[in-house]
Amino acid sequence: MAHWRIPRMDCRHIMAEPILRIENISKRYGKKDVLKGASLDVNKGDLKILIGPSGAGKSTLLQCINFLVKPDEGRVWLEGREVHYAHKRDLYAYRQKVGMIFQDFNLFDHLNALENVRIGMVQVKGMPKAEAGERAVMELERVGLKDHMQKYPAQLSGGQKQRVSIARALAMDPKVMLLDEPTSALDPELIGEVHAVIRDLGNNGMTMIMATHQIGFASSLASEIVFMEDGRILERGTPDKIFNDAQNARTREFCSKITELYGER
Amino acid sequence: MGTRCGIVSPYSPILPLNNGKASAHEAFHFWGRCERMPESLIAIGDALPYLLRGSLVTLIVVVGAMALGLVLGVPLAMGQVYGHWALRRAIAVYVWFFRGIPLLVFLFLFYFGLCTALDINLSAFTVAIIVLGLISSAYQSQIFRGAILSLPEGQLKAARALGMSDIKAITVIILPQALRLSVPGWSNEYSILLKDSAVTYALGVAEIMARAHFVATRTYQQLPLYFAAGMIFLILTWMGTKSLRLLEEKVRIPGYGSSPQLAAESFDP
Ligand SMILES: Nc1ncnc2c1ncn2[C@@H]1O[C@H](COP(=O)(O)OP(=O)(O)O)[C@@H](O)[C@H]1O
Ligand SMILES: [Mg+2]
Repeated sequence: MAHWRIPRMDCRHIMAEPILRIENISKRYGKKDVLKGASLDVNKGDLKILIGPSGAGKSTLLQCINFLVKPDEGRVWLEGREVHYAHKRDLYAYRQKVGMIFQDFNLFDHLNALENVRIGMVQVKGMPKAEAGERAVMELERVGLKDHMQKYPAQLSGGQKQRVSIARALAMDPKVMLLDEPTSALDPELIGEVHAVIRDLGNNGMTMIMATHQIGFASSLASEIVFMEDGRILERGTPDKIFNDAQNARTREFCSKITELYGER
Repeated sequence: MGTRCGIVSPYSPILPLNNGKASAHEAFHFWGRCERMPESLIAIGDALPYLLRGSLVTLIVVVGAMALGLVLGVPLAMGQVYGHWALRRAIAVYVWFFRGIPLLVFLFLFYFGLCTALDINLSAFTVAIIVLGLISSAYQSQIFRGAILSLPEGQLKAARALGMSDIKAITVIILPQALRLSVPGWSNEYSILLKDSAVTYALGVAEIMARAHFVATRTYQQLPLYFAAGMIFLILTWMGTKSLRLLEEKVRIPGYGSSPQLAAESFDP
């Protein structure tokens, strides 16, 4: 495994322009405003953690960022270029650069681990199968699953499935990763292995936005914690500020509740 | 040839298969007459090769109709799940139409009605395949539709998130899974088509039932001949569902159990 650590603070000073910029995203389902104008700037190497009660709109926001859910309003820029998601080609090119990790893995059930990781490179990037296969093996090795690459999703544990899905996303060389509660569907004893992979990604300078309730893990890694409630971003700040010195009463209330639920931080 | 047991042979006018090489047949018959075998057995023995040739016709009609139904049913299902609302509506009407009218009516409508009116010269055999295929496409589209809808929504989301176009995601991710899930439905569809195909006898398709009827009315051995026809259908049903079960096993995704539906349907004597 290659461990080349990029000092996060340095990066932020060099890169004046955010790698991902989200402005004023709104989404309504029927009469319900699920997102009420969320904005976010993400710098290269950042790890933004989205926290907030269930139904706050975290998943919707993450899916609006790569347009799996079409926002009603709002704009997105990647590396300074606005994404025109109505243009299919623009959209598909953009999505290749934004990796997505789902709560319930969403591995392709009819493909084994290797094929799951390879298929994006072959079908989307048009890479030759052999070359894509080599890269897939590399990515699986990186998440510690080289020995399981012939197994099908139904033969893997939850933790292994999530690691395959991370390898699948990494194989596309994403600029940003979106992780939607990557460990929520896992048994407690399997959370660690997935966290280790995510920590490794962060140490290697991957830019990530992650929704999670695992605030112990979050506060040790996050460059910023973003607290969402009822479709709005209510407060944001360093882990220390949000968990120990939040301005908003709702933030404090949520943090104390979640600390109780998800243990020491 | 000519007369046998004092009954006019039903085979001579339409059976080229007996021409010249009927010796085994004759021998059987001769033996049967000597031993005073029950006439019913003799009748079955006599008719069997003829009926079996009919089962080949039946199988071709059924397999042809299933293939046509598959080729039409897959896009119909796709359209119904992913299409524009107008397309979905149109497909729903198509399905409603082909599922709502009796097979016999369709056969006559197509063969005696449409073909005559439009002056199209199609054989009864071809019409049988087309009509059964169209009807089957309506049913098969619903099998696929169910299969597609039973896939977790996340499959399509994950494919899109990788940058796949919808067409690509559907053909590479959804279709292979939906087809696997459809195999038990096919098994059902096969046995229904097989039984339905007997109706094409009304157009004069020389399938099992037509042949059994033809011989029965001329030899007055109705009981044994229709019984034999029934047995042949039963065996064909068994063979078909058995093969589809093997197919299901072959394409089964490792880690998944086999479907209880197919296991319950197929009978292993
Ligand atoms: N497809 C949908 N249709 C209707 N309402 C939805 C849909 N998806 C999400 N919602 C609603 O949007 C709100 C936010 O959901 P979500 O983004 O999943 O929140 P979170 O991930 O923070 O728990 C919830 O009230 C949910 O019921
Ligand atoms: Mg969620």
